[in-house]
Amino acid sequence: MTTNTTNVHIRTKINGQPHEFLAPSYMSLLDALREIVGLTGTKEGCLDGNCGACTVNMNGRIVDSCLVLAAEIDGGEVETVEGMASSDGLHPLQKAFLEEAALQCGICTPGFLVAAKGLLDNEPKPSEYRIRHWLAGNLCRCTGYDKIVKAVQKVATNN
Amino acid sequence: MVQTFEPKSNYKVIGSRPVRHDGFDKVTGRAIYGADVKLPGLIWGALARSPHAHAIVKSIDTSEAEKTPGVLGVITSKDMPETEDKMIDLGEGDENPRWTSNRLMASTKVIYRGHPVAAVAAADRYVAEEAAKKVKVEYEILPVHNDVDSALADQAQIIIDGMVGDDLGEEVKNTNMALHERYDFGDVDKAFKDAAYIEENTYTMQMVHQGYIEPHNATAFWDEEDRVKVWTSTQGAFTARTALASLLQLDVSRIKVTPCEIGGGFGGKIPVYLEPIAALLSKKTGRPVKMVMERTAVFETTGPTPGGKVWVKIGADTNGKLIAAESKIWFEAGCNPGSMIGPAAQCIYAPYDIPNTRIDSYDVVVNKPKVAPYRAPGSPQVAYAMESAVDDLCDKAGWDSMEFRISNASTQGTRRGDGVRFSVIGTKDVVNATKSSDHWNSDLGTAPEGKVRGRGISNGYWFNIGLKSSVNLNVNNDGTVTLIEGSTDIGGSRASISMQAAEELGIPAEDVRPSIVDTDSVGYTDVTGGSRTTYATGFAAWKAANNLVDELKGRVAMLWSEGTGELGKDDVTFESGVFRSKAEPQKSISFKKLADKLDDLGGPAISTGSVDLESAGDGFGMHIADIEVDLATGKTDVIRYTAVQDVGKAIHPSYVEGQMQGGAVQGIGWALNEEYYMQDEGGMANSSFLDYRMPTSLDLPEIETVIVEIPTPLHPYGVRGVGEVPICPPLAAIGNAIKDALGVRLTDLPMNPGRIIEALKK
Amino acid sequence: MHPFSYVAPKTIDEAVDILKKNGNRARPMAGGTDLLVQARANKWDLDAVVDIKKIPETMNLEVSQAGLTVGSGVPCYQIYDDEKIKKEYSAIVDGAFIIGGIQIQSRAAIGGNLCNAAPSGDAICPLIVYGATAHISGPSGSREVAVEDFCTGPGTTVLQNGELLVKIVVPKPNANSGAAYERFIPRNEMDIAVAAVAVSVQLNANGDSFESARIALASVGPTPILANKAGSSLAGKPINDDSISEASSLAKEESSPISDMRGTIEQRKHLIEVITARMIKEAVKRARG
Repeated sequence: MTTNTTNVHIRTKINGQPHEFLAPSYMSLLDALREIVGLTGTKEGCLDGNCGACTVNMNGRIVDSCLVLAAEIDGGEVETVEGMASSDGLHPLQKAFLEEAALQCGICTPGFLVAAKGLLDNEPKPSEYRIRHWLAGNLCRCTGYDKIVKAVQKVATNN
Repeated sequence: MVQTFEPKSNYKVIGSRPVRHDGFDKVTGRAIYGADVKLPGLIWGALARSPHAHAIVKSIDTSEAEKTPGVLGVITSKDMPETEDKMIDLGEGDENPRWTSNRLMASTKVIYRGHPVAAVAAADRYVAEEAAKKVKVEYEILPVHNDVDSALADQAQIIIDGMVGDDLGEEVKNTNMALHERYDFGDVDKAFKDAAYIEENTYTMQMVHQGYIEPHNATAFWDEEDRVKVWTSTQGAFTARTALASLLQLDVSRIKVTPCEIGGGFGGKIPVYLEPIAALLSKKTGRPVKMVMERTAVFETTGPTPGGKVWVKIGADTNGKLIAAESKIWFEAGCNPGSMIGPAAQCIYAPYDIPNTRIDSYDVVVNKPKVAPYRAPGSPQVAYAMESAVDDLCDKAGWDSMEFRISNASTQGTRRGDGVRFSVIGTKDVVNATKSSDHWNSDLGTAPEGKVRGRGISNGYWFNIGLKSSVNLNVNNDGTVTLIEGSTDIGGSRASISMQAAEELGIPAEDVRPSIVDTDSVGYTDVTGGSRTTYATGFAAWKAANNLVDELKGRVAMLWSEGTGELGKDDVTFESGVFRSKAEPQKSISFKKLADKLDDLGGPAISTGSVDLESAGDGFGMHIADIEVDLATGKTDVIRYTAVQDVGKAIHPSYVEGQMQGGAVQGIGWALNEEYYMQDEGGMANSSFLDYRMPTSLDLPEIETVIVEIPTPLHPYGVRGVGEVPICPPLAAIGNAIKDALGVRLTDLPMNPGRIIEALKK
Repeated sequence: MHPFSYVAPKTIDEAVDILKKNGNRARPMAGGTDLLVQARANKWDLDAVVDIKKIPETMNLEVSQAGLTVGSGVPCYQIYDDEKIKKEYSAIVDGAFIIGGIQIQSRAAIGGNLCNAAPSGDAICPLIVYGATAHISGPSGSREVAVEDFCTGPGTTVLQNGELLVKIVVPKPNANSGAAYERFIPRNEMDIAVAAVAVSVQLNANGDSFESARIALASVGPTPILANKAGSSLAGKPINDDSISEASSLAKEESSPISDMRGTIEQRKHLIEVITARMIKEAVKRARG
């Protein structure tokens, strides 16, 4: 291991649960979630903020977790795709994605779900343009976005 | 003898839209993709890569990397086994293992930028990556060939030493041209003399990448008995196993490949890249090793589709009948031979019935990553050329291009560019469906000030493939059936395969529980690719289901014989999930009830089905693109888009639509913005999602779909592959729309704003 | 990526101290959306990343009668979510709204965008045309630099060893003024500007002629360019096609683009002319209310 770095002590809330761990100072939030906390639902796609596969909700805002240092969530809160379902069942967005076949390979799906939730939590009935604009930071190569947008619209209509 | 089927109707499950079986895990983040694999003692591997696109490797010094704290092992080509110098089949093209081995880990030469020269294993991924950068290599730089013209020029630097080119059967030494093939039918030269109208043009295209969001990955463990276990996001566990056996010089029985869930492939995850390296690092360190490829390397070192040039010349008589077509196709193979000039020749004239045709195609080696299949490989490139030429020919002669495509449509018996004759195909049905579509009959609307609108159409074709698949079925006591298959599921195929079994068994789709398993657990199954999965693995599932019903008839006979042995399978009928006594039709038992009794009726009921299908149903499609162009900036927006396609039979319509939409959008990106922008000194300049510009959700309208069903007699339900056709029409659909909007013909891809402004200025 | 340690000072002095001690082996981080990408690509070999987001002054966002104060770590979304800023500093909102996508804007700061000093930085030209100043603190004290002088080359700024950008101060625009920013990109989002123009105009009370104007160009030189000739050509002129096209043509002349993977010289010059005209018209529209 390297000599001039320290581990950072992190106390945070992840999907509503308190978590405490040490992470290397240079480790990204994405890697900390996947490798230390063990939540592999958030995906690596590009590591430079251009695909959104690593999207999580950090302190109320959607962010690319590959460009957040794990150290930065000390004292904060993170929500990942693993936190969307509850004991009552799937989140409406997760249900809609399944019903509308809004996923093919599914690798971008966690990022889209978290991003879409970030939109609908603040704007329950966005227009199609607003949905597409909000989700432009999430790349999908399989679906052409059509069914993803329709799934989000389905939830918005029911809001 | 090829088995044929009559089309059916009254399906209970086929054509419905159940929630896919793996959907729950994928929307909750629980599904295990390759990069999610965890094993005890797992360490990370990283590659040291060449910054040069063409150079001799004079020396490699790994000492500093090895001394780095935390590094557990370093390998170079010295650690790669000596491989055979011959061609093997991977399911979508042949490869030479010696060249492949050198390509995955350089020995004496690097021939594309990013070419690996060493690999490092460490407990921390960041340490491995940093240590890899400490590998010191001495290079002697050689001239670089970025394109076909450069590679074929006199005095060009030869990229693969000792490669012998094949020029129409003649051997050629000292060349970068690996193969020249020709298909010649009828009398093309005479036909052109008789033609009243001729259109001729040259079209260029750049290398483009499949662009899957999940980078390549591999986890490998080489144990003390020289058995190797590999977990990887691959399109074909069995083909990966074959490739690994060759590269690692092990028997296939020593290798077990577990296909993980896969985040997109489109053909690009058929070849192996990291798997053999991870395996050798594991051998060196005694630990399981995981490797995940960085995005720049995905672009620069995996398998994009060829760029190149296509020259097309077509001729028609005064009545609007196409009588002659000639083309020359040059494709960049990348640094090893094997671009898809064969498939390109099969596809280029496919939507048309042309009596006199010739094709010359050339496979050319250049200093770029070796190409891999990308969704109908070779077909989009030639469709761009042919469909642009057809529109220009119609323009010249004053013909309606939709009517022209109808009256010249290929049909049963039409000879394809490579000589094969079509059986039952849906070309005309597709064009007619397009003509009667809502989109085609809607007004283009008026563009706002400073912009103009245009509409374009284009045909597209892919032959689809069959090959080998195997399926096992096991009946559970509760009436559900586990379905074991080896086709990795990239787009929802396990659902459509399960639905086919469910239809035959007369049970709901939810009662079939599919699993995609490793190479030790199911019979040989070819890749998920070639639009073959729903067709061939579905066929295998259908077969297994029929075999299961046959087996269960015996159990029912046992049940109703009550120990006398009187009744046999022939005394039992089966329909819609119910077994019935032939002699006493009111005596029946459902599949579910029978399942519960199997323990006393001979024990577990299982079946298998396997296929090796030589051919598949051809797929035709047509797209309509409406675009709006800003005359001052050249910015082009797609404002309406429709994809029409003959799929034979849509097993699960949502996933059929999904394939059509996804392929169309890849084609739209290819048409407007995507390209490998090469630096003069070699290497891709724009190897990130920032500058390799794939469409975002804001760049697209709704993608409307029209499913046409002309069942193929080659499948029990008439299934034709669907996945690949949709990427073929968009290039010319947009090119033709641009011509309609601006009156200019763009012949170079991508048709980006810079090119549009240039064309407008002329 | 060279492994670095993480430090989050609570005061400017602390931050300045760490930066001075480490020289070019430490860099301040606001949103991290440029810094971490560059660290991974080994553009920097860092021993320390200095997170400035715990310093009150760098996270302060204030609209007052004097003007707009944007701490160097304030993320873009806070700027464009603010109704007052949208109304009074619309061109800055234009820029903040198009840096990356939503995820990037949750983190990226216009201060960071300025310090990154890309010729294409979407925050920079709007700041220039509003006459903004960069407030810097360092080992030798504080100083102010006009934003148009802040960038010295692609990726380089006037910041000396140990200096930190603390905030950007934008003077309150006068009545009858308006500004706008637009960039040309081939897609609709997520691209780096091929060419971009910000324009601010001060109109007379009647709104039919220009009193003054500032025009700034992005992606057409080693730094964002304050197009002095183009801007001053509008002073005193009536608002019509002639004056606008003259200014656009001068802007084109003042640009010095290169050809690269994002665009050619010809394309960029052409775009500067087109976008300048469009942005003058938009700025006028906003000035007229």
